[in-house]
Amino acid sequence: MEKRYYQKEIETMSVEEIKKLQSEKLVKQVKHVYDNVEYYRKKMDEKGVKPEDIHGIEDLHLLPFLSKADLRDAYPYGLLAKPLSECVRIQSTSGTTGRRVVAFYTQKDIDLWEECCARAIVAAGGSEKDVCQVAYGYGLFTGGPGLNGGSHRVGCLTLPMSSGNTERQIQFMMDLSATILCCTPSYAAYIGETLKEKGYKPEDIPLKAGIFGAEPWTEEMRRGIEATLGIKAYDIYGLTETSGPGVSFECEEQTGMHINEDHFLAEIIDPDTGEVLPEGEKGELVFTSLDKEAFPLLRYRTRDICVLSRKKCSCGRTLIKMAKPMGRTDDMLIIRGVNVFPSQIETVLLNEGYQPNYQIIVDRVNNNDTFDVNVEMNPEQFTDKVGEILAMEKSLANAMKTMLGINPTVHLVAPKSIARSEGKAVRVVDKRKLI
Amino acid sequence: MAIKQITVFVENRQGALVEITDTLAKERVNIRALSIAETNDFGILRLIVNNEGKAEATLQEKGYLIKVTEVVGVKIGDEPGELTSALSVLDKEGINMEYLYAFMARTEKHAYVVLRVEDNAHAEKALTDAGFKIVTLFDIEKL
Repeated sequence: MEKRYYQKEIETMSVEEIKKLQSEKLVKQVKHVYDNVEYYRKKMDEKGVKPEDIHGIEDLHLLPFLSKADLRDAYPYGLLAKPLSECVRIQSTSGTTGRRVVAFYTQKDIDLWEECCARAIVAAGGSEKDVCQVAYGYGLFTGGPGLNGGSHRVGCLTLPMSSGNTERQIQFMMDLSATILCCTPSYAAYIGETLKEKGYKPEDIPLKAGIFGAEPWTEEMRRGIEATLGIKAYDIYGLTETSGPGVSFECEEQTGMHINEDHFLAEIIDPDTGEVLPEGEKGELVFTSLDKEAFPLLRYRTRDICVLSRKKCSCGRTLIKMAKPMGRTDDMLIIRGVNVFPSQIETVLLNEGYQPNYQIIVDRVNNNDTFDVNVEMNPEQFTDKVGEILAMEKSLANAMKTMLGINPTVHLVAPKSIARSEGKAVRVVDKRKLI
Repeated sequence: MAIKQITVFVENRQGALVEITDTLAKERVNIRALSIAETNDFGILRLIVNNEGKAEATLQEKGYLIKVTEVVGVKIGDEPGELTSALSVLDKEGINMEYLYAFMARTEKHAYVVLRVEDNAHAEKALTDAGFKIVTLFDIEKL
């Protein structure tokens, strides 16, 4: 089968050429930021680094990091590198943890972002013959606007559905034969469940591919969505701080996401020491935006824990791949001194034959952490015998203990009783008040 | 011959039970007997109703987690020792019982016992042989 790319010359460029391109762009970008962003200039001055010290990507480690805290400090205009008159758009994070992040875009920034999304859609098999249903939220959230733009550039017939109103999603999907679905994986699973309840079999559903991102999901969840919808499910990664979805995307190999390296320079660091780690080691992912004009972040710490790999990919793309993030440094819960990632709970549930519909509740009672996990029961598991339900809870708690090393209290609850926003699922409720 | 029991998962929150009974009341479903088993987290409501089909459809449509199981209903006299003799029959036959609940008839001098056992047919035969009357779905609807 002929390999298809959106921008072949970039996507299949040799590693040497990519590195050369990145070096040239980095030198220019550092100068642009130093000259226009006082906040970062001060950081560089404090570290004693001048733009002329940066000769290429080998000097990247000299630059100071930016963190989410910096974005909050500099809110709203402190990291803006272009006059507002040249900016055409903002996008923003959901702001669930404190102040929102507001990112600015020039028209060129939007163009390059949309191209990144277009690469992802083509990698998922998309072309002008496809009908692309975008069920990410539109508006401040980057998901909808990003994939919408990418879909236009590829030439797909775009259904700008936004998230929610599942009945209408299904009606448009069936009536207009949508072939590609873009949304969060939890919403894809929800649409899948709803279709199944309505009696649709995978072969009745016109979709062939899905591009799912904006929240963590596991390999097991991917297989579940693929089976219910009868599609191939592709991961996509991004963050508002660097642009939005499309920083990296999966190809048909489904073994990690190719980073759009011509625009985003990736590093893996030790989250404790800030030291750069060699390729293949697990650590915190850090991005430098090489082309962003309005909001160019240098060495931005994503808090995502992952691994990079230059292993040759069968799709022909030479762009470096990042593994699916194993968790976020700030997603990670420390319960009774043990690191717990919500994705581990999800893996256990899928292994044990449950749907990944759960909520973790952590509290502190008499100086001890309590760790409760509510899990939705499968309808076919329900029984009139109390003892059997208690035994299922116990067995699930044991499986979680094996995975995590600490013992949760599992509560089986009725299907669909855990609040499920149709955008991002709330998986963790941490009630601990640390004084 | 067994009768159908509807089991409903009751969430542990204020008003959860009344929502269920209200749903049934609105559909004019009459509850003949019920029992609730509770844990710290949830309750399990077991119902014998006059119109099992309607109750099942209504609860299902409202999204309740339900299960229909066959249980044995047996009619006993409303006198001391009657329940003991019925249970002794099962005991003698080695029939394991999960739970039971009982209700009184409105007019007759009788009580009815709902039995959840491992082997319905075995229990019914043993009780019939011992002279007890097994209650049928038809009897329930008439009650």
